[in-house]
Amino acid sequence: MELLVASAIGMMTAVGVYLVLHQRTFPVIVGLTLLSYAVNVFLFSSGRLLVNRPPIITGADAYTDPLPQALVLTAIVISFGMTALIVVLALRGFLETETDTADILTEDLAPEAEADK
Amino acid sequence: MLLAFVTLIPFLGAVIPLLAIRFGRNFCAIATGAVTLTALLLLLSEAGAVYRGEVLTWGVPWLPLIGLSFSFFLDGLGFFFAVLILGMGLLIILYARYYLSSKDPLGLFYFYLLLFQGAMVGIVLSDNILLLLVFWELTSLTSFLLIGYWSQQPKSREGAQMALIVTGGGGLALIAGMLLLGHIAGTFELSEILQRGEVIRSSPLLVPTLLLILGGAFTKSAQFPFHFWLPHAMAAPTPVSAYLHSATMVKAGIFLLARLWPVFASTDAWFLIVAPVGLVTMLIGAWIALFRNDLKSLLAFSTVSHLGLTVMLLGMATPLAAVAAVFHILNHATFKAALFMSAGSVDHEAGTRDIRRLGGLLTLMPITAVLALVASASMAGIPLLNGFLSKEMMLEESTHTIYAGLPWLFPVLATLAALVSAAYSFRFAISTFLGAPRDDYPRRPHDPPVGMWLPVAILIVPVIAIGLLPALIAGPVVERTALAVVGRALPEYTLAIWHGITPALFMSFIALVGGFVLFKSYRFANDLRRVFAGPDAKRIYDGAISALTAGARWVIETTHNGSLPRYVGVILSVIVAVGFVGFLNAPHEAGARAMIPTSFPALVSWVVLAAICIALLFWHRERLLALILTSGVGLIVSLLFIQFSAPDLALTQISVDVVTTILLLLALNLLPKTSPGETNTAGRLARGGLAAAVGFGAGALAYAIMTRDFQTISDYHLAEAKPEGGGTNVVNVILVDFRGFDTFGEIIVLGIAAITIFALLDTALRGAAARTLDSIRHPEQSMDAHPLILVVATRVLLPLALTVAVFIFMRGHNEPGGGFIAGLIVAIALIMQYLASGYAWAAQRARIDSQAMIGGGIAIAGLTGIASLLLGWPFLTSTHTYIDLPLVGEIEIASAIAFDLGVFLTVVGVVMVSLAQISRVEERAEREPVPEGPIDIPLRRGRIVGSNDGTQES
Repeated sequence: MELLVASAIGMMTAVGVYLVLHQRTFPVIVGLTLLSYAVNVFLFSSGRLLVNRPPIITGADAYTDPLPQALVLTAIVISFGMTALIVVLALRGFLETETDTADILTEDLAPEAEADK
Repeated sequence: MLLAFVTLIPFLGAVIPLLAIRFGRNFCAIATGAVTLTALLLLLSEAGAVYRGEVLTWGVPWLPLIGLSFSFFLDGLGFFFAVLILGMGLLIILYARYYLSSKDPLGLFYFYLLLFQGAMVGIVLSDNILLLLVFWELTSLTSFLLIGYWSQQPKSREGAQMALIVTGGGGLALIAGMLLLGHIAGTFELSEILQRGEVIRSSPLLVPTLLLILGGAFTKSAQFPFHFWLPHAMAAPTPVSAYLHSATMVKAGIFLLARLWPVFASTDAWFLIVAPVGLVTMLIGAWIALFRNDLKSLLAFSTVSHLGLTVMLLGMATPLAAVAAVFHILNHATFKAALFMSAGSVDHEAGTRDIRRLGGLLTLMPITAVLALVASASMAGIPLLNGFLSKEMMLEESTHTIYAGLPWLFPVLATLAALVSAAYSFRFAISTFLGAPRDDYPRRPHDPPVGMWLPVAILIVPVIAIGLLPALIAGPVVERTALAVVGRALPEYTLAIWHGITPALFMSFIALVGGFVLFKSYRFANDLRRVFAGPDAKRIYDGAISALTAGARWVIETTHNGSLPRYVGVILSVIVAVGFVGFLNAPHEAGARAMIPTSFPALVSWVVLAAICIALLFWHRERLLALILTSGVGLIVSLLFIQFSAPDLALTQISVDVVTTILLLLALNLLPKTSPGETNTAGRLARGGLAAAVGFGAGALAYAIMTRDFQTISDYHLAEAKPEGGGTNVVNVILVDFRGFDTFGEIIVLGIAAITIFALLDTALRGAAARTLDSIRHPEQSMDAHPLILVVATRVLLPLALTVAVFIFMRGHNEPGGGFIAGLIVAIALIMQYLASGYAWAAQRARIDSQAMIGGGIAIAGLTGIASLLLGWPFLTSTHTYIDLPLVGEIEIASAIAFDLGVFLTVVGVVMVSLAQISRVEERAEREPVPEGPIDIPLRRGRIVGSNDGTQES
């Protein structure tokens, strides 16, 4: 089972990175979403895997580690906030420039002309 | 405590002039003066103790781990400088009130001035050298603001920038030097460092430490070869020049040399470096000053020269020279500030400060002229004035100085410098004030208002008084200060006008007579100067700065080409490389933890995931397909959470996925539907290679972790969730109780993200974005804008969904659920109304503002925390009790539920703000006015120009 989870993390990371390395905003967003999945599962797995031992106090003799779960739960919600923000950034950028490339345009890179020199 | 107040009062009081300026300039000046006066009186209340020889200290630890403490100490030296800074500050505040025109923002000027004053006092009273560094940098920053006060003038900006770069650069050296000093001494407290001179002097790091500290002191005090910034800083208003560049800031370097005198003065390096640097600065400064036509520029180089004189005296490393240095600091501060203010008055009233256009002002501006003549006579070193006394002491000390085996070197050069100094003093005084009155002034000169000559007159009093009765007036001050500099008993000396026939008397005489001759033969000297013209420091500085700028630009342009994939690629490559190096240096044996046997459903899920990943690689350019595939990944992840005992995570993940997918679908509606191919095969291979490396690394790392046992820190949480937190769902108890502060921070972050989204989209219906929206009208639309079945179904589902949400929320503390999940469910139920019935319909019926919900949620969560503070427990402490409800029976209710309610409201608000804003923008791109409700199926398909609100907008 551990091998399956580890390889799932690896696959999601690889596809996520592959998509993030694109110039258009949409693949980058999808890639970041996949990376979020991978990172969340990675963090979750650092609490080790246990089957049928949810961290609900019932008098059982063992429970899974609740702390990574709490951290990942907030991470899931935060990554929603982040995704929403970059989607809107990408959308506004597209509406302003009519292009959805994530690259900085070369004229924006040119240093500002020095004043009164 | 009182010491800290003396430093803090100017800082705290700095806002007062900004507020007081509303009530007029006089009130503002008085209020500012009151701040400085308060600090000065507080300081003077300790005068008795200081002059009994006590050393006052006060401090609290600040960052004890790195040795930084908020500690101050007051002895003779600090007292002397602090009184000088605050006293001179009062005069400057008065002078500036009349000097600055009504167009200049006076409140802002006083604001900067008080900040500077606080920083200066901080330097001279700091006990901790790290604290001293903080104040040191603050003086650089505030002096930048003061020099650039007339920021509309290019010269002001240039001068301010140069001062900042030179003194700030020196400040960096000083930081390094002070850190070394603290390292050697084993303490950062100055009062202790001064006791450990022996340790420091025997350290192998002595010379680098000394050089770095001198770098800071010499740049601040404009010593050769860093002298060039000071004259350019004269672009500042004259009150700034008088304050910073004669009395205070440039003396900070000298203060530092005096402060560390007991530690370093007895080393050879000190004498070999400091004394000649001072001598050369004194000589060069005087020589350049002689040929300056701008009064302020002349005074600026004269200041450079006098600072050199003081540095040289400290560099001579004898107690008597230190006495002379202290005495000269006092004398120079009085006559030079008086001269700066006089020059400002001349400029102010005559309209020019070019020495070639001035003359005969004695009859036109009698008060200013008399005061300035006395001050320049003191600067020239004419007997019966204070400048003569300290200059003669300097000459006397120079005769005892043998440098490089040459007994004549210092006396001859010092006399020469004194001679040139007398010459420029004569030039300043005679060319400006004496001679026939001229009638070609830009303005009709007359004496300035009393507020401008009174500060000068106050400064002239000590010039004459000390000159006549040195031992009586200045004796105790000089003695107490010099004692603090030297750190041990002083040898016998007398401050007196007449010491008998001494070599110094002859040297003074030569300097005065020679100076007058030199002034009379000014034309010849000027020709001589042209022959010996050295390199222009300003040009070298400009060259160095433009070379640096060009270099920085080259580096930026070659490394930052604006390509996002390239940046990400570099970052990821570095991560892979670092991770690989770490892997090589770690043990490689397999983990020992027992593994869970693979189950068939898990295997199936894994195969589906792998298929989705492969499909994404090939078809990601079809964006809608990519989106659907991604939500499939989300589902698999939810299944994974269920499988491995994380029901809360599964619930959260699946509801977040729904929301995220809707969000992306909405965005995709406006964005292009396909991605163009980006690179050739080689580029794809490079990307793929990097992606595979990162993915393999992440997977291998996860595997290595999962196959090893570990010591959990969660036992506490499991054990205490019920008794302490009052809930059996440990994850929820951790979120709202044990780590509630984290969650509180998190919902604030969410709120910030939502407000940013709002800000980004709220303005999207104007300007370029609106034009794009108009151009991407959808070519085809569904005939049925709001399908009846969907509308009805969602409306029926709404109360059901809300009930489920309440249930999930209420049980969250004990069973899977809680504020996050309940919030997401409510948000989904509401979004469904937007989807089915349209933005306008849903927005009209939304009773509660989503933004208010975010704010309210954060406020409730915060108030829950504060409530526990008020009850005397730490922030966010929770309590719980059992209550009986009819029908439901006994339930346990924890105060953390209020906190969870805050979380819930914030989550609902955040999701609604994000999605509603996108829908609003979306609406603009619809061709027809959005039909309202399910039955308003548009029957007319014709283009009705002008019926759309959007087209009427420009």
